[in-house]
Amino acid sequence: MAVIDYFRTPLALITLTFLVYWGASWLRRRTGLALLNPMIVTIGLLIVFLRLTGISFGEYYEGGKMIEFWLKPAIVALGLPLFYELKNIRRQFMPLFLTEVAGSLTGIISVVLIAKLLGATPDVIRSLAPKSVSTPIAIEITAQLGGIPALTSAIVVIVGMIGAVMGLKVMEMGNVKSPVSKSLSMGTAAHVIGTNRISEYGARYGAYSTLGLILNGILTAFFAGPVLDLLL
Amino acid sequence: MAKQFGIIFACLAVGELIALIPGLHIPGSIWGLLLLAGLLEKGIVNPRTVAPVCKFLISNMAFFFIPPGVALMLYFDLIAVQWLPITVATVGSIVVVLLVTGRLHQFLHSYMKQRHGRH
Repeated sequence: MAVIDYFRTPLALITLTFLVYWGASWLRRRTGLALLNPMIVTIGLLIVFLRLTGISFGEYYEGGKMIEFWLKPAIVALGLPLFYELKNIRRQFMPLFLTEVAGSLTGIISVVLIAKLLGATPDVIRSLAPKSVSTPIAIEITAQLGGIPALTSAIVVIVGMIGAVMGLKVMEMGNVKSPVSKSLSMGTAAHVIGTNRISEYGARYGAYSTLGLILNGILTAFFAGPVLDLLL
Repeated sequence: MAKQFGIIFACLAVGELIALIPGLHIPGSIWGLLLLAGLLEKGIVNPRTVAPVCKFLISNMAFFFIPPGVALMLYFDLIAVQWLPITVATVGSIVVVLLVTGRLHQFLHSYMKQRHGRH
């Protein structure tokens, strides 16, 4: 067996994924640079590796699908933090619910309309629709909508990073002052990555941001299909 | 271990079953999420039972997402052609969502507080 064939096996490619992610996480800790997101760095390095070696995505995915499989149980696990937040949700149900419905709808409608006006094709528009929600949820929504899950996952990560970098500045300029409102918006617009960013200010910020990302994930799953049918 | 994964996977499995109902555009994993939250809320599942595995899965979400991210290499041509609508729509939409969500919640929150104050 040639050495290159050894690298085509699922075992070798899964091992490589673990090792590269480990290295990327180390690099992030070492430099402290938010831009060096370990997930993005790992994806970039793996793509370069596959291109250089001529190993196809199909061959990588033989092992990769075993990793991706765990996305679904990970989404189900979000039921636990949602349960912890239920008391808060119930106490302020109307303001939270109305805000999240508005946030989810404006998120889908704005991205679909702008993309359509600028001439994006329907498959790309379908991939953009769930862009504000956390990656695993967005991938599932896109697959249901007939978009391109890989494109969605890239956009979602980019959205998270843009939100984390400029989110607080945008809200400051837009006169959003209440900490709860800010946290909720970060979670709604920039999912897990935005939540990470605002959690730096304290656990209460993180909790409301988590609430925003979970509610927006669920609402976007409900709204994305009908809104697309209406606008496309 | 088996009990924790058993509960989470059972929620997912039932969720996927619900997602088979035609006309519902909601992924099975979302139904599973709601199901798990419901079981916890009703006291059928103790949060302490599932907490370790839930925390493990949530904190490693980014890793599980790497393979679908690598699939991006299949769509470089598409992105090269449509990068402008993709970028403008994405950035524009983030700003709109941040402002609508933030301002609306701030308004509703202070409105409710005021009404409460008068009673």
